[in-house]
Amino acid sequence: MSKTTNQKAWILVIPVIVLVAFNALIPLMTVVNYSVQETFGSNVFFWEGIKWFEEVLNSSRFHESFLRQIFFTGTILAIEIPLGIAVALSMPKKGPWVSVCLVLMALPLLIPWNVVGAMWNIFALPDIGLLGRMINGIGIDYNFTQQPVAAWMTTIAMDVWHWTSLVVLLAYAGLCSIPDAYYQAAKIDGASAWAVFWHIQLPKMKRVLTIAILLRFMDSFMIYTEPFVLTGGGPGNTTTFLSIDLVKIALGQFDLGPAAAMSLIYFFIVLLVCWIFYTLMMRDEAE
Amino acid sequence: MNFKKWLLPTVYILFLMLPIYWLLNMSFKTTNEILGGFSLYPENFTLENYIVIFTDPTWYNGYINSLIYVAMNTVISVSVALPAAYAFSRYRFLGDKHLFFWLLTNRMAPPAVFALPFFQLYSAVELFDTHLAVALAHCLFNIPLAVWILEGFMSGVPKELDETAFLDGYSFPRFFIRIFIPTIAAGIGVAMFFAFMYSWVELLLAKTLTSVAAKPIAATMTRTASTAGYQLGLLAAAGSLTIIPGAFVIYFVRNYIAKGFAMGRV
Repeated sequence: MSKTTNQKAWILVIPVIVLVAFNALIPLMTVVNYSVQETFGSNVFFWEGIKWFEEVLNSSRFHESFLRQIFFTGTILAIEIPLGIAVALSMPKKGPWVSVCLVLMALPLLIPWNVVGAMWNIFALPDIGLLGRMINGIGIDYNFTQQPVAAWMTTIAMDVWHWTSLVVLLAYAGLCSIPDAYYQAAKIDGASAWAVFWHIQLPKMKRVLTIAILLRFMDSFMIYTEPFVLTGGGPGNTTTFLSIDLVKIALGQFDLGPAAAMSLIYFFIVLLVCWIFYTLMMRDEAE
Repeated sequence: MNFKKWLLPTVYILFLMLPIYWLLNMSFKTTNEILGGFSLYPENFTLENYIVIFTDPTWYNGYINSLIYVAMNTVISVSVALPAAYAFSRYRFLGDKHLFFWLLTNRMAPPAVFALPFFQLYSAVELFDTHLAVALAHCLFNIPLAVWILEGFMSGVPKELDETAFLDGYSFPRFFIRIFIPTIAAGIGVAMFFAFMYSWVELLLAKTLTSVAAKPIAATMTRTASTAGYQLGLLAAAGSLTIIPGAFVIYFVRNYIAKGFAMGRV
């Protein structure tokens, strides 16, 4: 749609800017402030320059939790995106079952995150949980509170359970926007199901799938509450992702300088990846 | 063919329902039964856990607190996002694209980054432990999201609507309230749904900004788990009850939910 140039439109945006700036700029400045200073308590601060940034970037602790984070985000994207598309493709398009499917599938998205963690904890406990019992029942030794591999599998299963529906809903919205005429034309041409998927359905879903990947990347990169409640970052540090590590440093050890430097590096990484996605998306939109 | 098509969604929904079933199952058991053994359904069916929650003020106040700040946040987010989304969808102005991206970056900020500065900021303005503090803090990610969704829906409304109304002598505020808002009612519903959703499920900031008076239900749950021993039944009952408001709002937006998740851009 063609837009008219009108500088007065700024007036309409002011309330949003004021509220968001209050919440974003002041705290961000606080973080920047801490990241370049050292404190020994009682509000005495010393200028430290980029010492904390160097320390964080060179610490093996940060490298490890960063690698864990990348691996986690990569794994859940590799599972959730294809699974979400597959479920959306096989969902009914019309009829009363559509609403039933949508409502049931959206349910996990509206459960508070700590309840998700607690629910999976109870579900996967080896002695009283249904999942834990089943896995041990078929002869596999499983205890997610002690085995790193089991803890990882459970955390990933929890995230797939929690968020695949988001991908399903997005892909489904994309599929619903394809006019019937496209399918009829494909039928006349004798196109295979794969050809229909590759040449009609996937291109039409491209936009919504970009949004899906963007949202899933952002949210999984910031994940805190669910794994914290489920595993507490353990056993050991094996499921300590970036946010969990950050809260441990900031609120647990009260090392404000390193925590602030880590916050800024962390935020910058998320921002960079999202900016790439956003630019791609907007370029598509312009076409 | 038909059977194969039904198989995947059915298995998927079954997978979604199992942990929820297990939570409900636990919530109807006594603590002794939970710790005493393994059973697929409650053998001594009890409502005791729910009775505790509905009679103990520290429990039911948690729900009331959560609902209050979620409602406040939903109203604030959507009402300030409406004019802004209109500006973004209709006009070009200096720095509009940068501003839009800046708003979105706040949706990308990890809450863990802001936990400590938020605590200091809201203590400094003397809003700590109030519902308003949590409602305002959640605006950080809910306003950008609401602007994004509403902008998507508004861009789908032809511009001729605005132009005709102005020709008919409508002033801007009157046009906006009388004509435009009813036209994008579905979009507003969806934006409110998302504001509700993200405010309801978020815990880290809500917990950081409250101590007693505005403590959310989710925080009450974590405290009980650690201090009052291992009361799994009670925890399960409290968890089960947090699912209800979500299920309730999903039902209202069920016809728009898919479009809403696509930010109105399908």
